Amino acid sequence: MKQKTAIQEFLKGLWDENPVLVSLLGLCPTLAVTVSAINGLAMGLAATFVLLCSAFLVSLLRKVIPNQVRIASYIVIIATFVTIADRFLAAYTPDISKALGPFIPLIIVNCIILGRMEAFASKNGIGRSLLDALGMGAGFTLTLLVLSSIREILGSGTWFGMQLMWPSFAAWKVMVLPPGAFLTLGCMIAAANWINTRRRS
Amino acid sequence: MSNTAKIIIVLTAITLISGAVLALLDSYTRPKIESYRKIQENNAIAEVLPENDRIKEIVQDGYVFYEAYRKNELVGVAFQISGGGYQSELVLMLGVSPDFSRITGLKILSQVETPGLGTKIEKDESNKQDPGWFINQFKGLRTLPSITYVKNAAPSRETEIQAITGATVSSKAVVDILNTHIKKAKAARNIE
Repeated sequence: MKQKTAIQEFLKGLWDENPVLVSLLGLCPTLAVTVSAINGLAMGLAATFVLLCSAFLVSLLRKVIPNQVRIASYIVIIATFVTIADRFLAAYTPDISKALGPFIPLIIVNCIILGRMEAFASKNGIGRSLLDALGMGAGFTLTLLVLSSIREILGSGTWFGMQLMWPSFAAWKVMVLPPGAFLTLGCMIAAANWINTRRRS
Repeated sequence: MSNTAKIIIVLTAITLISGAVLALLDSYTRPKIESYRKIQENNAIAEVLPENDRIKEIVQDGYVFYEAYRKNELVGVAFQISGGGYQSELVLMLGVSPDFSRITGLKILSQVETPGLGTKIEKDESNKQDPGWFINQFKGLRTLPSITYVKNAAPSRETEIQAITGATVSSKAVVDILNTHIKKAKAARNIE
């Protein structure tokens, strides 16, 4: 396989290997927290922060950590950064922290993060690992932002809390409920697959 | 160095450093989180009690009562109560008259109910004039013999509130929590 250039390393997370739309990873927080755009954005940024910090450390320590305990070590490293993110959100943005509830602590078991550590950061240098993490984090954040924007606009008639739809617009309640998450994500994955199939042929 | 020794040393070092970092972080964020919680609580207490010039905190039978005085006369009592909602624990701050016969105010401290349905107990986005209509109904409500709710109709009795359409369980949960805790708290304060 040909070595990717730095920019390709970053871009692959946005579309070609998008963690949600292509790899279908991290679906639990994706479906659960995307009831409003601000929640989606906060979740994406928190996960990106954890992804970046963990990728840096795992890549730095990749020759030190013995193979047998690598997963345990990754989990401790990831959990440390997740707790940092969680406490900071609770201290500085209590409302977002309240809205995201248990899903911030659950970033620990987000398979996007553990997956990138195991598949990438543990085998590549710090620079490449950071680019990979940044790309994956950006892909995750953007996907969550689009998904949560669609759900908030249709389900509540607002975007980032601002009134967007006309006053008589009847909000589609189902969009802020769990079925709305599945419907919207399904449509987004279908659209991504359709675009990819057409691009290839 | 044998591999086993390396495993032990590396894993121990990682967890030790992690623990130290988190302990340091906690000492920094804990006061902030705590002070935010305290502000929320004090705002809620002030909101559910009638006008007063002094609030006294006393603990009786597991309840923390915040007694409001105006010119040394007891005008109301506030306390925190909680119970199960539709899918989350509801934490409420309740204010009542000194004899517990009337509610002086009710505020929701925390809830994670169904977005757009159960969350209306705190804030109903679809009611532009009065998003807090549900929770505000409790102000001035009589508590005896017990609080009840009606569906799809305006309340007709002094002890009645209107439930939220599509969120009867959450509405009923609030009423149940109130009835249970008013009774218990009265016993704690030795009120007949």
